[in-house]
Amino acid sequence: MASISRDDTNAVVIIGSGAGGGTLAHELTRRGIKVVLLEAGARQSLASFSQVPGEAFVQLTWLEPRTQSGTTTVVEDYPTLPSWTAKTVGGTTVHWTAAALRTRPWEVSPRTTYGAVDGASLIDWPLDYKELLHYYQLAEQRMVVTRRNGIPGLPASNHFKVFHYGAKRLGYKQVHTGYMAINSRPADDRGMCIQQGFCVQGCKTGAKWSTLYTEIPRAEATGNLELRAECRAVRIEHGADGRATAVVYRDPGGNEQRQKARVVCVACNAVETSRLLLLSDSAKFPHGLANSSDQVGRHFCHHTGCFVWGVFDRPIEFWRGATLAGIVLDETRHDPKRGFAGGYHLELAALDLPSIAIAGFPQTLWGRKLGFVMEHYRSMAGIFLNGEDLPRSSNRITLNPGLKDQFGLPVANIHVDDHPNNAAMRRHGQQQAKALFEAAGAIQVLMSRQTPATHNMCTARMSRDPNDGVVNAHGQAHDVANLFVSDGSAMSTSSSANPTLTIVALALRQADYIERQMSTRAI
Amino acid sequence: MGASVITGRREFLGATGVLTGMLAAGSPLALLAPSRAWALDLTTLRSEEGATLLAAARTIAPHDKLDDAPYALVVQALDGNAARDAATLVLLRQGVSDLGAGFATAAETERVTMLQVTETTPFFKSVRATTLATLYASPLVYAYFGYEGEAFSKGGYLLRGFNDLRWLPEVPPADSGPVVGADSH
Repeated sequence: MASISRDDTNAVVIIGSGAGGGTLAHELTRRGIKVVLLEAGARQSLASFSQVPGEAFVQLTWLEPRTQSGTTTVVEDYPTLPSWTAKTVGGTTVHWTAAALRTRPWEVSPRTTYGAVDGASLIDWPLDYKELLHYYQLAEQRMVVTRRNGIPGLPASNHFKVFHYGAKRLGYKQVHTGYMAINSRPADDRGMCIQQGFCVQGCKTGAKWSTLYTEIPRAEATGNLELRAECRAVRIEHGADGRATAVVYRDPGGNEQRQKARVVCVACNAVETSRLLLLSDSAKFPHGLANSSDQVGRHFCHHTGCFVWGVFDRPIEFWRGATLAGIVLDETRHDPKRGFAGGYHLELAALDLPSIAIAGFPQTLWGRKLGFVMEHYRSMAGIFLNGEDLPRSSNRITLNPGLKDQFGLPVANIHVDDHPNNAAMRRHGQQQAKALFEAAGAIQVLMSRQTPATHNMCTARMSRDPNDGVVNAHGQAHDVANLFVSDGSAMSTSSSANPTLTIVALALRQADYIERQMSTRAI
Repeated sequence: MGASVITGRREFLGATGVLTGMLAAGSPLALLAPSRAWALDLTTLRSEEGATLLAAARTIAPHDKLDDAPYALVVQALDGNAARDAATLVLLRQGVSDLGAGFATAAETERVTMLQVTETTPFFKSVRATTLATLYASPLVYAYFGYEGEAFSKGGYLLRGFNDLRWLPEVPPADSGPVVGADSH
């Protein structure tokens, strides 16, 4: 690992070490560019991942206070956890379930495809799908995604057999064990999946791709990376010319430090990325850095997401096996006849015993109904609906001056009013999932409400017109040439795809651009 | 089964309350526990309050064949919340008082009726949330629900039944994938 001086004005400073930041760090360092990678969380390892579900959650999750508002049911159901994001080296790639899905061609031109939708702030992505596809293919090779590049699929689990049987009886055509960034055989100097079912707690075999044990150590091996874990960025500074000059952060002892920078890349997951830009206000940028358009924090998307559970009268033991290894792709299309714009995925999903009770059911479930379902825990099957969330300008991350964190900084408030399109899509998806389980013989079907989002997107979105977003097609801030957004915040819209593959693809593309810009001294 | 309330000596010794019980003979928990008799000290709540909360937890998450012991862990968690936060103590104490002295010994249908009245209150939400978060997180109950917990130390389920379901047809290879390593077994 390199040691980079805090006064080194040639360093690229990346804030956040997840899918975007970790990948970008590797891509830049392997080209000889010096990178300081700041990460708020601690560094775990395959050996240190807790396998006690509640402990693992605490080990990996951002648990500092946030507030929320709006009509979303998350406000009522999860008052202290509006969003489920990670705080650990590797970010959400440590807790993700590894569904590596591409956005579809029409999903990057949703404004054109769906037309004007009342109450939605849709824009088309400012890049060509063909170019995105090129980077998807690179990302899939790097992450060793199953069913791509000749990599075999994961084998069908008991849980998937139920899902597949119901889906086929319902008439679905595209049903398989998914495009997963989980090794179905040893590859990439990592082991294969042993179907232990503990994906979300941190994969102890390393079969699941995570920047923690792929991109980051490989970046360290170049000699060009200095990872500073447990270091919290609190402010990005700029010079008289409006260019970013340094990142102020708190070191593990809580002391303020200042790292000078030639380029700054923000990849803190959408909530904290927005918060950091808003906290970096100045006389030149009175509403926050890169926010002359007043778009930072707006258009927050989180996917239409909820669980549907089938209760059967025969054992399934759905905790055995890769947590999310199953998908129906047939509903991922734009078909207004269904009563909503955009599409969704039906994804196989299991939860461990403690988590299903806390997060799997409506918060109004108790008594004999709850007892019945829990007594059938070993005979349950689950589906997570993951659908395109339409952006609203008023769904946004703001600073809440009424609540301060340990450093005295206002926390983020997440405001979400569910769009009627989401409600219609959720109803449709719930009915389809219910029909799927009933076709497989379920004796009862239950539905959760919207769950706290781990897919947080679009709050510093790419836009052709600087008035519509925060960054250009390369994630470069419209206002600040040497400031980049390198996480899901930069996505122009949410699409129906779990976002990690897109974040990695965009980071690979961004690395090419940053290298070109640095070599021509444009930045 | 059936938590009883002992007052006197333990409260004299500093604990504010205590819950005791006896594991049913043949209970899976009895195999794990050093003794069938158990006792759990409360630091903030009184014994009678603990008994009411234990009955509330049993009503919220009823499992007839599950011993009182894991429900007592819920009371312990609530007691801990009350010890850490004065507002929680007030909330729980008032809620218990509102349920009344007869709650713990009332029939289940009566307890359900009494809790339904409180369903939207912070008291109920707090007790429900702690019940779910504690009861099902206790390794004491894993066996009862058939849950197997961590499996890494046992090599996962790849060769131990992740695909042993036989009441539905097998998935065609195109929609599945090879079980690497299965040939040697």
